[in-house]
Amino acid sequence: MISERTQAAIDRFKSKADGPLLEIEGIRKEFPGVVALDDVRLSLRRGTVHALMGENGAGKSTLMKIIAGIYTPERGTIRLRGDEVTLSGPLDALERGIAMIHQELALMPYMTVAENIWIRREPLNRLGLVDHAAMARRTRDLFARLNIAIDPLTEVRFLTVAQRQMVEIAKAVSYDSDVLIMDEPTSALTETEVAHLFAIIRDLKSRGIGIVYITHKMNELFEIADEFSVFRDGRYVGTHASNEVTRDDIIRMMVGRDITDMFPKEPADISDTILSVDGLSLDGVFHDISFDLRKGEILGLAGLVGSGRSNVAEALFGVTPATSGRIRIDGQAVRIASPADAMKHGMAFLTEDRKETGCFLPLSILENMQLAMLQDQNVRLGFVEQRAVNRQCAEMRETLRVKTPSMDERIENLSGGNQQKVLIARWLLTRPRILILDEPTRGIDVGAKAEIHRLISRLAGQGVAVIMISSELPEVLGMSDRIMVMHEGHMTGILDRAEADQVKIMELAAR
Amino acid sequence: MDNVQIEPAARKARRLPADLGILMVLVGVALVFEIMGWIFQGQSFLMNPQRLTIMILQVSVVGIIAIGVTQVIITGGIDLSSGSVVAMTAMVAMSFAQAAGYDRAVYPSLTGLPVLVPLAIGLGLGLLAGIVNGQLIARTGIPPFIATLGMMVTARGFAKWYTKGQPISFPTDGFAAIGNGALPVFIFLGVAVIFHILLKYTRYGKFTYAIGANAQAARVSGINVQRHLVKVYALAGLLSGLAGVVTAARAETAQAGMGMMYELDAIAAAVIGGTSLSGGRGKIFGTVIGTLILGLMMSGFTFLRVDAYYQEIVKGVIIVAAVVADTYRQKGRGKAGI
Repeated sequence: MISERTQAAIDRFKSKADGPLLEIEGIRKEFPGVVALDDVRLSLRRGTVHALMGENGAGKSTLMKIIAGIYTPERGTIRLRGDEVTLSGPLDALERGIAMIHQELALMPYMTVAENIWIRREPLNRLGLVDHAAMARRTRDLFARLNIAIDPLTEVRFLTVAQRQMVEIAKAVSYDSDVLIMDEPTSALTETEVAHLFAIIRDLKSRGIGIVYITHKMNELFEIADEFSVFRDGRYVGTHASNEVTRDDIIRMMVGRDITDMFPKEPADISDTILSVDGLSLDGVFHDISFDLRKGEILGLAGLVGSGRSNVAEALFGVTPATSGRIRIDGQAVRIASPADAMKHGMAFLTEDRKETGCFLPLSILENMQLAMLQDQNVRLGFVEQRAVNRQCAEMRETLRVKTPSMDERIENLSGGNQQKVLIARWLLTRPRILILDEPTRGIDVGAKAEIHRLISRLAGQGVAVIMISSELPEVLGMSDRIMVMHEGHMTGILDRAEADQVKIMELAAR
Repeated sequence: MDNVQIEPAARKARRLPADLGILMVLVGVALVFEIMGWIFQGQSFLMNPQRLTIMILQVSVVGIIAIGVTQVIITGGIDLSSGSVVAMTAMVAMSFAQAAGYDRAVYPSLTGLPVLVPLAIGLGLGLLAGIVNGQLIARTGIPPFIATLGMMVTARGFAKWYTKGQPISFPTDGFAAIGNGALPVFIFLGVAVIFHILLKYTRYGKFTYAIGANAQAARVSGINVQRHLVKVYALAGLLSGLAGVVTAARAETAQAGMGMMYELDAIAAAVIGGTSLSGGRGKIFGTVIGTLILGLMMSGFTFLRVDAYYQEIVKGVIIVAAVVADTYRQKGRGKAGI
């Protein structure tokens, strides 16, 4: 005989079990002077991957941080397993079963994997001291369940990015979290690592865990996500099952307009050879790289992460000078021992990592933009010719359509796409003849991406020689006149635009 | 952070400019002492030009050092050697500034030299100390804290060794004139104006901020980071040398114990004035105000007859409070700090 009350409790439990794992509604979040989110909702079901899509600045990261307890919304409700909750901080969220895998990985490099996972919850022995053996054992059990092959006693600094991510995921699982937030987890992974990550994600799904997944990569959406929600300018646009829409539908939802041509490389006059590289090597990193680059040409540089693509770019620009080989510019042999040398020869280099080697985060947009152009011009007797500089920077801001209320705004307040535009502006203001771009559109929304592609194409049209490194094959294929492929520090081939396709590139890149 | 809709109205009302903020702290501190003055001493604190002149005179030397230290901190570094370099340069400069015919001079045959000689030697020695700091940091890659800590101990040791601990006195009138009257105040303010211009309007300044904001990005942007750091530390050393000359001239004597803890007062002045110890942010204007706040506090406590021991306790608390306040102010701030 079941009493009425018990029955009610059972019903409530059932409805909770069937209802959404996490449900948020009417969320509003403001920052000084900015409404980042307004009336946003999201519903995450158990055992599903729910992707958040949107251009940079759409509010995805803000929403994610609200779910993870990092930000407190001004308005709106969060229901976790049916109960309304207020998250007082990341720790509170974690203890309630919401874990976030950070984009900037948040592990302590000089501590072991096991120590990182069990921090704050270390198993103790009878004397109240940390029981390292038990900790290692627990870690091994955890890893075995998740199919992760990492030694728990390795210090985190020796791990690859992919391995660190696995550790973060294992840590989240160790908290019995059933809501997992992943912010572009594949942005620094190789194809095999992505496959491994997806296997783990599928396993987590089968255990009933719900995953909020932020990505800019369309193919990932179709491969791993069950549902997706689109955001635009801080507002909720809609939620759909990922098997009922096309790529174009999603892009339309994200940008609110059609983008017909994603990779608009226009034909340019390709004339004289400007850069000629012969047998360039950096001991232990890459070997015997030779190629010519002509004015107006875009040379794509493809290869897996770790194949030495970026190292070649850094050597060309003098960041880490090559140990042997010859570089000729306009037929003249040149020595490039520092970025300043490279700049004297009309080179510019947009680095891969905006935060580490690109932005001056505490400084304004103007300061960020003008820095490289002060190297050998726009300065008289040590004084910056600020009026002329301001004018050029303002023009560049117009041309690149940097969205900002003021040039005095700090660059850290801009979205990724706008930051990237500022950095591109920094280099264009030096009026380069040879432009090296390392992942120019990484982590950038579709709209800004197309703008940047159009810009690169236009520069080539004006006779600038471009070397473009990219992990996205469609981008490389769409933009490049020729494609050089690298594998483990060696050049494995150069393909012409006409003969290149994804299969050929992957064959050369993966061998 | 994802920023979208910009609402100009909200932005406008958000906060005061940083310059005004620090200025208001200065005014606030002054008013507190003014009120306390009437309550406890029955007289005005501010309406006493002589007291204010002495106050600024007392902090001028620290102010000169603080300006050099500010630009070092903007690069993300630190200079702990400035106080000791003051002592070293004061001693050496004074030894070449002794009056003619003074038979117990350090160099009896080199007395009565024109003022330019000790001045140049003092500045040159400070510059040299700064170059050594800079080269150590740039070439070996050791942390600025360690490099300048070494210089701090070494320079103090040198100052003591120089005369085996004996003070040096009897300068020429010309040398003593450097410290006469309010001249140190004008030197302090003159240096402040020059470095304000240097940091704000020249390539040197732009590069200084850039290195502190992100040294890696600065290098990729074509800046020779090592060479620039040597310049920054060299200028800081030069200003310590100038401070040493002014100190000796004003006291008309030089002792190895001069400038004790000045490096910490200088760092405190910079930090109170809003310079960020993590680099990339700071202004000379803020440092000047920070220096005046320190001076006002010392002078105010003395005026209120607060025990010197309490003064130090309170000073320590205020320095930490200033940084805490600044940290909160930085959060959620939109505009760049320079």
